[in-house]
Amino acid sequence: MAIRSLLSINKKKQKGVIVDRNKENSFPADLMTKCPECKKIYLTKELDNNLKVCPNCDHHYKMTAWERVSILMDEGTFVSFDENLRTSNPLKFPSYLDKIEIDSHKTGLNEAVLTGMGSIDGSQVVVAIMDSHFRMGSMGSVVGEKITRAIEKATEYSLPFIIFTASGGARMQEGVISLMQMAKTSVALKRHSDHGLLFISIMTHPTTGGVSASFASLGDLNIAEPQALIGFAGRRVIEQTVREKLPEDFQTAEFLLAHGQLDAIFHRKEMRDKLATIVKLHQKGGVSNV
Amino acid sequence: MSKSLDFEEPVVKLREKIGELKEIAKSAEVDMSSEIETLETRLKQLEAKIYSNMEPWDRVQVARHAQRPTTSDYIEEIFSDFIELHGDRSFGDDEAIIGGIASFEGQPITIIGHQRGKSTKENIRRNFGMPHPEGYRKALRLMKQAEKFNRPIICFIDTKGAYPGKAAEERGQSEAIARNLFEMAGLKVPVISVVIGEGGSGGALALGVANKIYMLENSTYSVISPEGAASILWKDASLAKQAAEAMKITAFDLKEMGIIDGIVNEVAGGAHRDVQAQALELKNCISEALSQLNSLSEAELIDDRYEKFRKIGEFIEEEVN
Repeated sequence: MAIRSLLSINKKKQKGVIVDRNKENSFPADLMTKCPECKKIYLTKELDNNLKVCPNCDHHYKMTAWERVSILMDEGTFVSFDENLRTSNPLKFPSYLDKIEIDSHKTGLNEAVLTGMGSIDGSQVVVAIMDSHFRMGSMGSVVGEKITRAIEKATEYSLPFIIFTASGGARMQEGVISLMQMAKTSVALKRHSDHGLLFISIMTHPTTGGVSASFASLGDLNIAEPQALIGFAGRRVIEQTVREKLPEDFQTAEFLLAHGQLDAIFHRKEMRDKLATIVKLHQKGGVSNV
Repeated sequence: MSKSLDFEEPVVKLREKIGELKEIAKSAEVDMSSEIETLETRLKQLEAKIYSNMEPWDRVQVARHAQRPTTSDYIEEIFSDFIELHGDRSFGDDEAIIGGIASFEGQPITIIGHQRGKSTKENIRRNFGMPHPEGYRKALRLMKQAEKFNRPIICFIDTKGAYPGKAAEERGQSEAIARNLFEMAGLKVPVISVVIGEGGSGGALALGVANKIYMLENSTYSVISPEGAASILWKDASLAKQAAEAMKITAFDLKEMGIIDGIVNEVAGGAHRDVQAQALELKNCISEALSQLNSLSEAELIDDRYEKFRKIGEFIEEEVN
């Protein structure tokens, strides 16, 4: 009891250090943002203009799926797929659908991934962009189905498939059905690949568990954003199992690159141009602007 | 006699009592046969009642039983001419997965399975049946080899999960599992997977992209262990029993969800009670599955696997106006 009240005092104190939201005369809290890495405080607008990357320390903030569309795709070209799919509750978990409803309202998405077609610097591509603001980007039936349908569209139209992953892994509330989405998306990727088509996986913070152990790792090119957490098992689980101190940079994009698990790390500012180049380098009939 | 599990304690106790009574009857030289007969009838009824009303948590206990038959037990009972093949050709030989070539009813096959130990010593050698990336890469190497020589592949799934360790992450645990899902999708030979114990998450699925998937009656297949689910859902690992129910992890649950093709009956009380009888059940199942798959062409096998996983998922599709 005593510890708990102490903890709550600490929490209050921490909040107070950042912005005191209780005082009427303080300006709106979301006007300023404090970088969780370097602790520097910025105008939120300044941060948004910088693609949500800290101008001081290069910390890459999480992005919503729609924000990524806006910085990646040629304006007005993106068409969203399968917005009519809705999550059901196969295992009858109490309040599961309420949670989905809340996150759906919060993000404007029907589930934790946005899929669609559009162009990047003039090249047509099919994309899937996961959104960690929706149930931690976890994968249940709808996420698996939307990604699979997107891959199948890419195969049908002979287009490259590009995915931005952000996920805590398979969604527990749909049990083994979630696990099987790993296989479903992977068999679809195999078919896409057998047609000689390009798949680029961009792992963003965080990409772990069942998503990391399926499509996220299956790119012809596996790319990551700087400092993204990428791994199969959670850090705490590993620490409990092996009882040894893990290095500071364990499971970061840089750690994976050093261990030969990634093709490259792209800064968010260069992401669009690099992707456009990669897609062009894979087009039949040569390259024009590189 | 193996250690009894909680739910079967009444059966074990009664069986012990009958044994004692028989001993007493022998030395006392009185005729107790009618009493013993009555008790034996009661034992049979009790067995039938208890073993036909197993809760999911009881099955978890059976699936984890230290003496439960493992991949190597079934290999010995079911296949002939088995030759174990080692290593991933790149890092090492992971003994948490074993594999090799053998013959089954006169047909050459490749067999791959998770391998746990029955004793502490063997479990340490086998890393408790929890593979590192090189285990999955060995499995894939053997699958590709099977494909080259047109041999069907039989996989036995029996793992708590892929090993959560530093070295496993450094060597690409995620990639190794993902690669197997991807490559298994394209195999031009029949693939049959049977969950013989615990089917723990991605580490199990990495041997599970098959044309036919079966589960032994008391095995489990889940996205997370009941303990893990309980601690995440209710912040209390001791609620594992409830989680085992809520997560729908039994062979019957998976059959109902249409994920697996069939359930292999177990001998009363669990596979560990009679390995030979259990192996025979399993052999019949594999034989039946192979005879169905042997007639399919390469393209049909790949399409069959595609359709099998393509249809898994439960969601609502609203009309678009």
